[in-house]
Amino acid sequence: MTPLLGLLVLVVGFILRINPLAVVLAAALTAGLAAGLEPVAVLAALGKAFNTNRYVSALWIILPVVGLLERAGLRERAADLITRSARLTSGRLLVLYLAFRQVTASIGLISIAGHAQTVRPLIAPMAEAAALRARPDLDAAGLARIRAMAAATDNVGVFFGEDIFLAVASILLIKGVLETQGIIVQPFELAVWAIPSAIAAFLLHGGRLLALDRWIART
Amino acid sequence: MIGLPALYTLAGLLFAGWGLMVVFDRSHPGRIGSTLFWGLIALSFLAGDLLGDVANGVLVVALVVLAAMGFPKRGLAGEVPLAERRASAARLGNRLIGAALIVPATALIGTLLLPQLAFVDPKQVTLLSLGLGVVIATVVLLRWLRLAPVHALGEGKRLVDGIGWALLLPQLLASLGAVFALAGIGEIIGDGVAGAIPQGARLPAVLAFTLGMAGFTIIMGNAFAAFPVMMAAVGLPILILGLGASPVVVGAVGMLSGFCGTLLSPMAANFNIVPAVLLDLDRSAVIRAQMLTALPLFVFNTAIIWGFGFP
Repeated sequence: MTPLLGLLVLVVGFILRINPLAVVLAAALTAGLAAGLEPVAVLAALGKAFNTNRYVSALWIILPVVGLLERAGLRERAADLITRSARLTSGRLLVLYLAFRQVTASIGLISIAGHAQTVRPLIAPMAEAAALRARPDLDAAGLARIRAMAAATDNVGVFFGEDIFLAVASILLIKGVLETQGIIVQPFELAVWAIPSAIAAFLLHGGRLLALDRWIART
Repeated sequence: MIGLPALYTLAGLLFAGWGLMVVFDRSHPGRIGSTLFWGLIALSFLAGDLLGDVANGVLVVALVVLAAMGFPKRGLAGEVPLAERRASAARLGNRLIGAALIVPATALIGTLLLPQLAFVDPKQVTLLSLGLGVVIATVVLLRWLRLAPVHALGEGKRLVDGIGWALLLPQLLASLGAVFALAGIGEIIGDGVAGAIPQGARLPAVLAFTLGMAGFTIIMGNAFAAFPVMMAAVGLPILILGLGASPVVVGAVGMLSGFCGTLLSPMAANFNIVPAVLLDLDRSAVIRAQMLTALPLFVFNTAIIWGFGFP
């Protein structure tokens, strides 16, 4: 049996919309068993990896802060600010956020913003308020599209900004993989070659954000 | 030395607090299951290193079984009414925006300053500064708003109830990557891709590399898992050693081709699924919003390697 069965379980499970946690567990067990590992060994490997990766879930400690800020009216205040400045449309606001994310990520400041920290309490309500100012009758689906673009903007900004920073994990991984084959490269050269894609990402995604303003006006 | 264990203790106490809130909430619709769910996460943070690998594995299975049974269930406690939040926003004004910047500002300053301190683990400064920012912001907000600490727990609980079991997906997917690596899945995929390329042709080789990076990243949800595999299978033997491509361009832009895949992957839970849950969107809404950015960027990255990767 081939371990690729694990991938099959993963894809089929996602298509059938079974609870993703159950799908992931089933895929891990399938791949491990198909590779000829003992069931207990698979369980141990999974447990060990889960324990090492706890830092991924540790960041949820931000939630009480976000909750308190929301209770104090941060989302309403952010929307207020936008409603007052007539020139800041949804698209322009998100272009500014895109630039902010790319520039700060390119100097290594990735965790200073994010979906829980900034998009939900600040950026999404601001973008929605600006859209509603331009188009008071915008429906729920239209607002959902604007929130989705706010989240997308955060992702694009980080992904195509962080590799310009020399010490980011992905640059170190590239250097490390090449080094195992005896090829020595400098992080600086790798970072330089991340710049064209960063510019292309800004122009492409920024253009789509400005088109979002035209879409709001048309809808 | 202050390192990740400090952060894990903080997270463990928070999840334990959420568990206790459920225990004391008699109106809660799924008390036992939900208490177990939050309690097991607290146990993992507080005592994960003492449990041993197999016990940790059993803990993972128990969490997944609870999630599949529909736990944790949402508590009935709701949000402060809109009128009250509007009045609070008008009263507090722009100081609210300032308060929202406490965590980012602490993360920024801490990342720059903490490495100077001998008693802080230099490899974890960003995570630790973020944790420090959370502590400072919570204390400041509670004093400023004149609220008891239990309100911080309660407001966090309101948000974490909205996220539910999806909260564990990023960590579990990261663990899946480790099991897949153990099972040798990367090598099998890499060999398959390498076997499909005609000898000596540049564009098909570049395409096989970037498509492999993006495709394998979509499946794994993480470009870091795809990179070593595709470099070993195609990047190094075919592009760099076979066709004389520049390792710098192939490495740097190859990774970015993988990032285009991350934008399209439901497995990249913390980037694509968690924000959809946080923003009350359809689970695929963020991926759909990213599609028209990811696809042209993928073509751009492929073109860069093809056009500038062969000096």
